[in-house]
Amino acid sequence: MVYKAKIRVTLRPSILDVQGKAAQHALANLGYSSVESVRIGKYMEVTIDGNSADEAGRICTEICQKLLSNPVMEDFTFELEPVN
Amino acid sequence: MADVTVGIVVFPGSNCDHDTEFAVASFPGVRPVMLWHNDHDLQGSDVIILPGGFSYGDYLRCGSIARFSPIMREVIEFARKGRPVLGICNGFQVLVESGLLEGALIRNTGKKFICRQSTIKVVNNGTIFTDGYRADEVLRIPVAHGEGNYIASPETIESLEEHGQIVFRYTDAEGRETVEANFNGSLGNIAGIVNREGNVLGLMPHPERASEKLLGSEDGRRLFESLFRHVTGA
Repeated sequence: MVYKAKIRVTLRPSILDVQGKAAQHALANLGYSSVESVRIGKYMEVTIDGNSADEAGRICTEICQKLLSNPVMEDFTFELEPVN
Repeated sequence: MADVTVGIVVFPGSNCDHDTEFAVASFPGVRPVMLWHNDHDLQGSDVIILPGGFSYGDYLRCGSIARFSPIMREVIEFARKGRPVLGICNGFQVLVESGLLEGALIRNTGKKFICRQSTIKVVNNGTIFTDGYRADEVLRIPVAHGEGNYIASPETIESLEEHGQIVFRYTDAEGRETVEANFNGSLGNIAGIVNREGNVLGLMPHPERASEKLLGSEDGRRLFESLFRHVTGA
C-alpha cells in the first residue's frame, strides 16, 4: 500500500523567523495592518510504500527526525493518506 | 615539523576547498589531500577539515545533506576517536547537523548574506586550535555567510560556557561584545565552539582567507599552526 505523507516543518516558536517578519512588514506596507504575524515553514509530500498506515507513519516519523527536520530549531507534523 | 597530512573534504558545492588547500600547503611539512565526499578513505589524514561553500546547494538546511555523505561516516568515527576535525563556515554547519557540535545555525537576523571583515575575540586559548593566540586577543578574519546565526537552548549555552567550549565571539576592534559587532545575531556573539573533548572546532569566520599578508590579515595562520603543532607533538 502506498501512502502519501503531507509533512509540515516549522521553526520552533522560540526562534525568530526573519523571512516571516519580512513578509509581515511587506503586508503591513500593502495596508494589511490586521496581519499580526507571519511564520514561514516548509511543506513536503513524500510517498511511502508500507504494509500498513502504522508502518508508513513510523517511517515518516523516522525520516523527519533524521533528515527532514532539525529538532534543535524545527518542529514537524504530518498527515498520511492512502494513494489510490 | 614532522609531516602532517590534512584531509580536506570536497562536497558537491564546496568552494573554499582549494583556498584551504593553498593555505595549509604553505606550512612546511604539511601535505593536503582532497577527499571526495563519495569515498570512504581518509587517506591517512592526521587532521580533517570540512571547508566552506554551499554543499548540496544548501538544499533542505545548510549542511543537512552533506552530513549524510558517505565519507562523513569515517569523519564522525575519526572525531569520536578524539582526532582533530575543523569545520569552517559550511563545515561548521555540517558539524552541527551531524551532532558532533551542539546547537544550530540559522538565517542571519538581518536576512542578508554577509561578506565582510569581522573581528573576533579568542575567548578560550586553551584548545589545540587556539593556544597560539593570547587570551582575549582580537583577530581580523573575514566572514561570508547567510546562515551564521548561532542558536542553542539556554541549557546548552550554559553548558558550553561552563566547559569553556565557546572559543570565539564577535566583538568590536577593542574586544567589546557589542550588538553592532554581532552582525548575524548569534546568541552570546558566538562565532566558534569546540566539543566537550576539545578535538572538534567549528567556526563561521574563514581563517584560510586570513593566512597571508596579501589578503589583508594573517590572523588565521596561527589557528592552523597551533593545530599542526599539536598533531606532530612538537
